[in-house]
Amino acid sequence: MSRRIALEGSFAAAEAAKMADVDVVAAYPITPQTHIVERLADMVANGELKAAYIPVDSEHSAMSACSGASVAGARTFTATASQGFFLMHEVLYWVSAMNQPVVMAVCNRAVAPPQNIWADYSDAMTARDTGWIQLFAVNNQEIFDFILSGFRIGEDPRVLLPVMVHLDGFTLTHVIEPVVLPEQEEVDRFLPKYQHPFALNPDKPMSYAVISSPDIYSETKKAQDVNLRQSKEVALQVWKEFGDMFGRYYSPIERYKCEGARTLLMTMGSLSETAKVAIDGKRARGEDVGLIILHLWRPFPFEELYQAVEDAEVLIVFDRCISLGGPGGPPFSEVRSALFDRRKDIKVVGLVGALCGRNLSVEQFEEMIDRGREIAEKGSKEIFETIGIRG
Amino acid sequence: MAEEESKTVSELTWQDMRFGNIYTKPGSAIRLKTGDWRSQRPIVEAAKCNKCGLCWLYCPDSALKPLEDGYYEPDLDYCKGCGICSQVCPKEAITMIEEEA
Repeated sequence: MSRRIALEGSFAAAEAAKMADVDVVAAYPITPQTHIVERLADMVANGELKAAYIPVDSEHSAMSACSGASVAGARTFTATASQGFFLMHEVLYWVSAMNQPVVMAVCNRAVAPPQNIWADYSDAMTARDTGWIQLFAVNNQEIFDFILSGFRIGEDPRVLLPVMVHLDGFTLTHVIEPVVLPEQEEVDRFLPKYQHPFALNPDKPMSYAVISSPDIYSETKKAQDVNLRQSKEVALQVWKEFGDMFGRYYSPIERYKCEGARTLLMTMGSLSETAKVAIDGKRARGEDVGLIILHLWRPFPFEELYQAVEDAEVLIVFDRCISLGGPGGPPFSEVRSALFDRRKDIKVVGLVGALCGRNLSVEQFEEMIDRGREIAEKGSKEIFETIGIRG
Repeated sequence: MAEEESKTVSELTWQDMRFGNIYTKPGSAIRLKTGDWRSQRPIVEAAKCNKCGLCWLYCPDSALKPLEDGYYEPDLDYCKGCGICSQVCPKEAITMIEEEA
């Protein structure tokens, strides 16, 4: 029997790592870190979780320790946020290119300066070329479910890739919501003990990431790109199995009230639930609007996007991050680029807002949809526009 | 895994490179000589050498091979020409000379 209990987002992440029976947790415990690794440290200290907990001297070391543990065949977990996430950036590439299925909770926070600890995706978007699978959770249940399914996807012998589960700083990490926790034996059946097929072993010497030259680098990267793209098929299979077992089904793009919708709004993360309320209101007033929620950011779900917008004439992409001096938030520019050749007849509009945890109300989401339609019809002087920013 | 031994590195395709950063067979360095960008090479004068082994200890690339008679010989397949052996030799038995173009 599953249990429905109240859990802070950070604790939901820690609980998922515990139920996944991780072998190693390596983390740097100072701001901008969250309760995730604090709770895991408690679990290890009081014997709830039998794992090696490695407190390190920086996030660069945290990810390096995770890499070493994973290369040795350990199921490995860590968590970080914003500036700490940046400090581990270099090592992210090593972990993905060496096919180490580390799972990391990334608590998305705005990037300093100005100094802050609130949610947006300025940190997450810098990881889009690192070769990790990136999942965005909307609520605390999804944090738990994505970490659990993230291990299954990443550890699949066809994939062997690391997975980031993104959760909104503060809005999810420090907020308590009901979460359904499965029984341990159910989790064990879904996520059995894992054996990395190429774990380091003194009896069978191996090398990782040796020197490369112009002769072979491009082939190595092409293979890595194809592998990451193909991991989507495995994610679909794993989520089907997860749904059959636990009753909650996930997909790369969630569609909400999209039937007959000519205008679609696209969101990511926790504000998607506010957007749902705005869509409900507009639907109740007879407007043909719907919402698509992007869960899988890498590999980018091209096919699912094409299907989701098939009947739409306007797609408003709401971005919680800003690419300074660029063509709008990364999701907007990527979505527009993805649709450029496929759908000449769809207007893709980019709106940026809710930076650094600034709240957006249901009314503002409604205004966003109205403004998006207006831009689609009459155009805008800007490449993208901002929402809820004074001046 | 770049272990298609029938192929040279420049014949490997991207399909050969699945999980391409993992080498499950040891000895990949033997297939890749890395000494070819050297601009200077060490010359060892056995007459001055006292077989102390400091050159062998300090070489960052393990490119000084101990010989059976106790002397040391640079392995030019891997020597990068950094000159550390020449600097640490207490007998000044190793001199660096320019590689010819």
